[in-house]
Amino acid sequence: MGDDARGKSGRDHPSADEAVLSARLRDLGKRLGRHHPDRPSDSEPGQRPTADTSAIARGFRLSTELVAGVLVGAAIGWLIDRWAGTAPLGMVVFLLLGFAAGVLNVMRAAGVVRANTLDPPRR
Amino acid sequence: MDPIHQFQIKNLLSFGTIGGHEIAFTNSAVFMLITLGVITLLMIGATSARGLVPSRVQSLAELSYEFIAGTLRSTAGSEGMKFFPLVFSLFMFILAANLIGLIPYMFTVTSHIIITASLALLVFVTVLVYGFAKHGLHFFRLFVPSGIPKAMLLLVTPIEVLSFLSRPISHSVRLFANMLAGHITLKVFAGFVAMLGSLGFLGWLGAVLPLGLTVALTALELLVAVLQAYVFAILTCIYLNDAIHPGH
Repeated sequence: MGDDARGKSGRDHPSADEAVLSARLRDLGKRLGRHHPDRPSDSEPGQRPTADTSAIARGFRLSTELVAGVLVGAAIGWLIDRWAGTAPLGMVVFLLLGFAAGVLNVMRAAGVVRANTLDPPRR
Repeated sequence: MDPIHQFQIKNLLSFGTIGGHEIAFTNSAVFMLITLGVITLLMIGATSARGLVPSRVQSLAELSYEFIAGTLRSTAGSEGMKFFPLVFSLFMFILAANLIGLIPYMFTVTSHIIITASLALLVFVTVLVYGFAKHGLHFFRLFVPSGIPKAMLLLVTPIEVLSFLSRPISHSVRLFANMLAGHITLKVFAGFVAMLGSLGFLGWLGAVLPLGLTVALTALELLVAVLQAYVFAILTCIYLNDAIHPGH
């Protein structure tokens, strides 16, 4: 795609070639943004390109988010069971809710869904 | 040779007991003071001879200021700048503590969850107090996503609350576990070098491998130390943003 544009501008005008390319990239970015308004674009900080080593950090971050959600759910369920004597209902309900919260955390951390703020942070 | 030994807390100076718990000045406290001293010296040294053309130390301090200020502005908006002292202190403390811990024979303050949990709870309580002080009960709208049918709210709101409550846990565990795991790995591989080295000539040849890995891991740990301080700071900014703009 776009072979004719590249052929015409030739090798003696690399800057014009690059300008065309960057204009096409911008256009594509705009069109993609229209299709996925929920998805933060690549230029946003949450999606910053990662080196191989910080992929470990990213994976680690996602796993702690999930575990934290489940742990909080379990702790609250246990406390409610203890105070209200509803064992094991509170634990069952809140463990499931905690799991859902953990998955939500992971999706937010990965940038799949946007954080729950209507007023988006200014970039 | 015990890889856990480096994390032991030793009492250096006991102040007596309160409620059955010994209150003591520990090696951890010593290294927290060293961390504070290093940061203070750096900042005082940077600002003592202010020049239009900055010296090396001055430009280091200016770079760290610009870095945190930029991060805070881009995530929490210019209103977030009132929290700059908090975020900058947290970032510098964690960064300096992580880096000091990488020096052999030094104690890593951030490898203890009690330290990272207190820092994370500090942020959590700040978010709660500021959020309720500024928005009152409107702060609860943080837990009510917009554009969701009424029947679903019964399910979604508890999930949002749990997600909010799990923040200090993931915030503190991430830093603590990264530092703990990194230091244990380093110690284990360095231990291999000593063990193989005691086997004679062939052992020396074999020890080259873990020695190279230790060098590589040290470089990786340097990256992790800086990265985790940055991650802690940026998450603080994101959480503060919720307190400043709880949405809707």
